[in-house]
Formats: sequence, structure tokens, C-alpha cells
Amino acid sequence: MTSTFLIFVPIVGALLVWVLPWRSQVQAGGFALLVALGELALWIGAAANFDYGASGLRHTTTAVWFEDLGVSYKVGLYDWSLWLVGLTVGVMAVTIAYGVWVGRERARAYFGLMLLLTGATVGVFAAQDLLLFYVFYEAMLIPLYVLIGIWGGPGRSGATIKFVIYTMAGSLLMLVAIVALGLQEGTFDLTRMGTSGSLAIFLGFAIAFAIKAPLWPFHGWLPDAYRQAPPEVAAVLSGVISKTAAYGFLRIAIPSFPDPVSDMRVTILVLASIGLVYGSLLAFRQPDFRGVVAYSSLAQMCLVVIGLFAVNDSGLSGALLLMVSHGLVSASLFLLAGCVERRTTTGELALLGGMARGRPVLATLLITTGVIALAVPGSSAFAAEFLVLNGIFTVGWGWAVVGAIAIVLAAMYMLRAISAALHEEQGPAVHDRALDLRPAEVSLLVPLVAVLLFLSFWPAGVTDHSFGGSPASSVSTRFEGP
Amino acid sequence: MAVDTPTIDWAGFSPYLVLLAGASVILLLALFVPARARNAVSATLSGLTLAGAGAASITLFAIDERSRDLVAALSQDRLADLAQIVVVGAGLLSVLVSYREPDAEERRGDYYALLLSAVAGMAFFVAANNLISLFLGLEWFSISLYILCAITTDRTRALEAGLKYLVVGSFGSAILLFGSALVYGATGEIGFSAIAAEAAGADQFLLVTGLAMLLVGLGFKASAAPFHQWTPDVYEGAPTPVTGFMAAATKVAALVLTLRFLTTAFPTESELWTITLGAVATASLAWGNLAALVQRNVKRLLAYSSISHAGFLLMPVAAGNALGGRALLYYLIPYAALSIGSFAVVAARERELAQPVTLESLNGLGWERPVHGAAMATFMIGFIGLPPTGLFLAKFYAFSALYERGWIWLMVIGAVFTAVSIYYYLGIVRAMYMRAPRLAVAPAGGSPPRDVALDAAIVGSLVIAVGTFFGVDSLIDVARDAVDLLTFPF
Repeated sequence: MTSTFLIFVPIVGALLVWVLPWRSQVQAGGFALLVALGELALWIGAAANFDYGASGLRHTTTAVWFEDLGVSYKVGLYDWSLWLVGLTVGVMAVTIAYGVWVGRERARAYFGLMLLLTGATVGVFAAQDLLLFYVFYEAMLIPLYVLIGIWGGPGRSGATIKFVIYTMAGSLLMLVAIVALGLQEGTFDLTRMGTSGSLAIFLGFAIAFAIKAPLWPFHGWLPDAYRQAPPEVAAVLSGVISKTAAYGFLRIAIPSFPDPVSDMRVTILVLASIGLVYGSLLAFRQPDFRGVVAYSSLAQMCLVVIGLFAVNDSGLSGALLLMVSHGLVSASLFLLAGCVERRTTTGELALLGGMARGRPVLATLLITTGVIALAVPGSSAFAAEFLVLNGIFTVGWGWAVVGAIAIVLAAMYMLRAISAALHEEQGPAVHDRALDLRPAEVSLLVPLVAVLLFLSFWPAGVTDHSFGGSPASSVSTRFEGP
Repeated sequence: MAVDTPTIDWAGFSPYLVLLAGASVILLLALFVPARARNAVSATLSGLTLAGAGAASITLFAIDERSRDLVAALSQDRLADLAQIVVVGAGLLSVLVSYREPDAEERRGDYYALLLSAVAGMAFFVAANNLISLFLGLEWFSISLYILCAITTDRTRALEAGLKYLVVGSFGSAILLFGSALVYGATGEIGFSAIAAEAAGADQFLLVTGLAMLLVGLGFKASAAPFHQWTPDVYEGAPTPVTGFMAAATKVAALVLTLRFLTTAFPTESELWTITLGAVATASLAWGNLAALVQRNVKRLLAYSSISHAGFLLMPVAAGNALGGRALLYYLIPYAALSIGSFAVVAARERELAQPVTLESLNGLGWERPVHGAAMATFMIGFIGLPPTGLFLAKFYAFSALYERGWIWLMVIGAVFTAVSIYYYLGIVRAMYMRAPRLAVAPAGGSPPRDVALDAAIVGSLVIAVGTFFGVDSLIDVARDAVDLLTFPF
């Protein structure tokens, strides 16, 4: 039942935010924050009592949805999907708190949508039925569309429509693939479905996930959406939503299609490598802070995919750790970008500079996060990237070389962005009286950074508590468990 | 002297009788009720009549396993029962939408009588079992609709719409009648199953030409491309409650009858008509979706959306298998609710602003009228085929039927045009929530009068649209029972 609660607590919360007659915007926001924190507590309870020893599905709920085509409401959590759910509920709680702090207008609509988005995203990570997965996958889209379209920046209109049409075009092909796969197998239950050798069906899934992640060359929607979204929604987009795509590869595309995966592996690795280098180079050339984070996000997701398509213990563990680590890093960076923008009204690096002077908290948090993002040895990102490179090295050393080059590039773009914002001459947009981070902002960002530091000290906290200890075999047995 | 009286199955005829009795009573009563009270009395009576007819159809659905032997011309089976339930439900919602439609008081009695007559005609049409009753049913509901479109005689747009519909619709009916004559000429039969029995020895050229002309006639009524040209003009000009009713009910009637007619009368030509319908579906999807992209008037936009949905609805029929039959009957329920609901919101805005509703005049609606806005947004999301509305599962079912037939090309076409449709459906959401209202369109004289009936229709449509998503299991069982007696070629 725990997975069901994790999905529906925020959804019911959303309905309450919309329906109940809240007397003020703050009340509605406060209630939403309470729900989000309750959700986080629920997850902590689940994680504390989770049996990490064995692989296999836990906290399962099954109910018939419609029997005619063998579709059921089946949800549950694996030890590794638990971490992604944790990432979701944690980041969502922080972003909702950020929304309360900045006092988003039209609070009831806003916080209801944020909660709905939380429920849908948890649903994606918990669904064990293909159609149910698709329902939650699509259910994420509408709140995101509205959140960017109403509360976004001046170019939001074009950004949203591009985002939605890109994503839907991919997911409609996935729907065709789901129909084909489900009817072929006679069931839509992921845990009872066999493997398929159909390249077309695999591509239906793979393209949808490649658009959502996004991977090169399907990233056309990314820069606009990440720039125009409100900072906390951009944090969710790059921190959490992009992980649903990687999850889709890991849960559905890779284990269900062993032959197409091995046929298409080189193609996908080539695309991911191009994306990795391309994203890193573009991140280096971006004129604004969010652009840097956006393209670095593209690069990092490509690295995740490289790790996944290594399909060995090291690569899969690394990819999972990178998902969690990058989720926290990019959420923190987008929130920090939001904090900077609130003080200077701009994210243009040319107009920023010298913000470290007299603002020690901002500088410390930004540098800590940035240093973790560029995978300095000892950080969680370093551990993850090391595992990914180690995994892909056994597939072919060439891929590992590309990955290593990209890590150098990461240091370049991240240090450039940090020094452009914090150091150098004081920029024209930086006012002397622009304050350091307020206690409320600190209390939002410190937990994220603290978790990152914790993972840096103990990456095994995730890697040793995933896949029942043996990633490759649990993927090859489709997570059935020994 | 004993007179031989025919035994009449009164129970089987009850839906028609209730509807016709209601229509006649309203028409007569309108003469005696003062003009002031005419609208309220007629609306109440028509609501009761529809509820009675619906109850009769539901009872028949529940007790009948087989088709009732009413007369050879009608097969009152569960397919007819279910279609009648949906049409009557659409009528009931339309009565609620119509209740406060600004129009001359003295016409209101005629309006509701015609609405009931149209529902009765559709109820008759979906049960048609031979070419004569098919044509009679078609003309019966069409003539009622011609008048309904033009009923506001002081609006030239309505008159234009009525005349256009009359001319084009009669043309469609004429082709259908000509086709019937050819089929009769080829087989010497008018009963659907008798045609199937004689088809093998019939003149194939006559038979196929007749079939094609019949499909053209039905395509006119379903507003499937390329027989859709009347749709945008008529939908735009007709009074909005009538448009909503036409969009929902006519489509239900036309598609259910198409399914019954093709599977019963032409199993031998199944290869031919499934391919033809696949092509018509593709044309409707392409034309409807692409033309909708450039519309500014919301009623026209929804008209093109209705054309594109004719394409989606034809996909499961084209699949020609039992899964497709279930898919079609399930699809019709959320589709009807979404159509009436969305036109109801348009009607509300139209009454508020007293001018045609364009995308610009929807600006800010979502914040000004939260319930209407949220409902309209849900309807648009539903039309795209996203959860949590039944239309998502309907599209899923339609795709499944096509997959079972092996027509992946048509699935992909459906998916591509669904992606195209996102642009204009979300355009409405964008107008409602993401654009500042233009002062010029702000209503003069404060907030509009409360319209409980209209709100009830909108909320009712919303409940059906979302409820079909969660209650899909039992509805699919109902749909399965409904198509149980049909034999599918694939």
C-alpha cells in the first residue's frame, strides 16, 4: 500500500488545494508544503523499513483496471526505484517551499499543480503496468505545461508549445509501441511480460524517452523550457522529470528488448557521446546561468544513458547514482539561479559578477554545488561518473575517452559560470545592497546540499542498496529477483 | 366477428413511443401555456420525456439478451439500446444547455418538441434493419435538425446554417437513397441480412456502386472528410446548444448505424469497405486537424475537431473486428460528453458577451469563471486523448483494434495527427489561462446571470468524461454486450 499512498497523497492534496476555500494564498501554499513534507516523511518511513537484501518488487498493490485487454492498476517499488522516488519527493518538497517563499501568484492553481506533478512523477516510478506507466507519464505533462505557461518568463508561450509537442510526439509513438507490445504479450503487466525482439517497438519507447531526457538530437525544446520556466519548475524539470526518461530506459527499454538493445547499442552510444560533448561545449558558450545548467543537464543525461547502455554492474550502478546526484545538483543550481535572478533581475553572466563579495552564504552554497557538479574527486558526481566510465570502458575504451573529455569540459563550463557570477568585477546588474541568501532560502538549499555531501561521503548508500546488489543480472532477469 | 389484431410488443416500442408522445404533448401544450412559462414547462416536460425514454432503453438493455422481434424493419437489440441511451443522454444534457438560450419565448415549445423529435429519429435510425427504415430514420432526424439549426429566424447566420445544412444534407440523403436503389437492384432485397445472403449472386458492379453511395450518404451525416464541407458553417451558424447536440448525437447515430449496416449487410465486401473507411478516416484526420490549426472562431475550431474525431471514430470500424466494435461504442460515450460539455462552455461565454466566441474572447475565462475554465481545460485535454478522461482509453482501444487487424500504418497516422491536434486544443487552454483578458470583450453590466441548468450540464459532462476513465471495465462489458449479436469480418 505504501506505493499507492506515495502516489495518491499528493494527488488528494492537490484536489484539496483546489477545492477547499482557502482564505489566503499563504494558507494554500502552507497546506501544500505540509502535504509535500508529509509525503517526504512517508518516503523516509518506507526507505527506513525497506528490505534491501533481496531484489524484487516491494510494497505492491494490484487491482484490475480493465480485464478486457489485461490492464491492471499495479504499483510497487524496487530498491533502486525507491531512490528515484526519494529524489522526487525531496526535490518537490524543496521546490514547493521555494514557491511559498517567493509568493507565487494564483497560489491555489500553482500549488495544486505542483502536488499533482509530484503524484504523477511518483506514479511513473512506481507503475508496473505499461498503460498505467503511460497514464502517469502523460499526467506529468499537463501540470508542467500549465506551470511554465502561466508562471514562466516572457517567452513562455513558445517554450511551452514546443515542449508539449516534442514530448507528445514521442509519447504518442510510445503509445503505439505499448499497444503493440501489450497485445503481442497478452498482458500489460511489466512483471509478467516476456522479452520482445521487435526493433520497431523498441524504437517507439527509446525515442519517447530520448525526447523526454532529452538526448541529442531530440533536445530542441530544452533551452527554451529551462530558461522560460520559473526557477523552481526548471529545477523539477531537469532534476526530476528528466530522470523519468532514464528510468524508462532502465525499467522498460533495456530489460524488455535484449536483442534490439544490443543491435542499437552502438548507435545510441554514438548519439549519447555526441550529446555529451555537444552539451558540454554549448554549456561553455552560454551567455546566461540557466543556459549553462540547461546544457550541462543535457550532457549529464547523455552520460547517464552511456552508463545504462553499458548494461553491466558498474555502468548501471553509476547511472543510477548519477541520476540521483545530478537530480539534486541541478535542482540546487536552478534554485540558486532563481535566487541570483531575484537579486539582480537577470541571469546574464555578462551583467553579473562579484556576487561573492559580502554574500558568503550564497557564494559557499553555489561553489559547493558547482564543485560537486563538475565531479571533483570525492564528490557523489565523481563516484557516479567513475562508475559509468568504468562500466563503459569494458564495452569499448573509446567511449570512456569521450566521457573523460567531457568531465574536463564540465570543469570548464562550471568554473566559468561560477566565476562569472561570483568573482571578477562587480557586474552592472549586481546592486551593492542585493542581500545575501535569506534564512528561508538557506533552509531550502542546505538540505539539498547536505544530502549531496552525504552521498559524496557515502555513495554506497545508494549503490549498495540497489538492484539487490547485482545490477546486470537483475536487469537481465527483468528485475524478477533470484 | 373476430378482428385479427397484430400483436404489438409495446415494451420494445416504448422508447420511441415515449419520445413521440413527449414531443406531441409539448407541441400542443405550448398553445395553452402563456409565453412566459412556455420555456420552463417545455424544458421540464422534455427532460422528463428523455428520462423516461432513457429508463425504457436501459430496461430493455438489461432484460434483452437477443434482438426483439418488433418488425422486420427494426432490430431492437442491445446495440440499439445502448446507442439510444447515449443519444437520449446527449439530448438530456442539451435540454439543460438550451434552457437559458436567449430566443423568442413563443418558439421555445417548438424547440423542445423538435429536439425530442430529433432524438426519436436517431433512436429509430440506430435500430434500422433495412434500407427503408435507414432512410426514414435519417430523414426523420435530419429534418428536425434542419429546422433546429434555423430556429432563431431573426439571426441570418442561423438561417444560412439551416439552409446550407438542408441543401447539402438533402444531397447526401439523395446519394444514400440512390445507393439503396442500386443495392436493391443488385440483390432484390432491402433487409440488411437478406442483402448479405444475396450478395454472392448479385451484380457486383451495381452492389459495390450502391455500397459506395451509401457510405457517402452516411459520411455526410458523420461529417467525415471529404463529405464534411457543411460542418464548420453549420456548426458556427446554428444555435450553440443545437451544435453541441449535433456534434454528439448525430455522430453517435451515424457511426453506430454504419457499424451495424456494414457488418450485417456487407460481410462479403468487408475487405473493400474496411480499406475505404481507413482512407476516409485518414482524410478526416488530416483535413480536420490541419484546418483546425488556423481557426479563430471557437465553434468552427470545434467543428473541425469534430471532423477529426469522425476519423478517430472510423478507425475502430475500419478495423472490422470485435475489439473495434467495443472500441467504437466505448469511444462514443466520452466523446459525446466532451462535445456537449465544450459547446456548453462556449454557449455560456456567448451569452455572457452576446457575441460570437473567438479565441480572443476566451482570454482570461479560466480565472474569471474557475469551474467553466477547469471544465473546458479538461475537455480540451480529453479531446487530445490524455488521461484522466475516457477518451484516452478510447484512443487506446481504437489503436488496439487496429493493431489486432494489423494496420499499424493507421495507428501511426492517428498518433501523428493527435500530435498535430495538441496545438489547437491547447490553444484554447492557453487563451483561457495564459492571456490577459481584453477589456473590449468584458461583459457590460456586471456578472452574468447564474445559469444553474447550464452549469449542471457542464459538470455532468465533466463527470461522464472523467468517470468513463475510471469506470472503463464495466463500460467495456456493456459495449461487449452491445456488439454481441454482430458478426465481425476480421
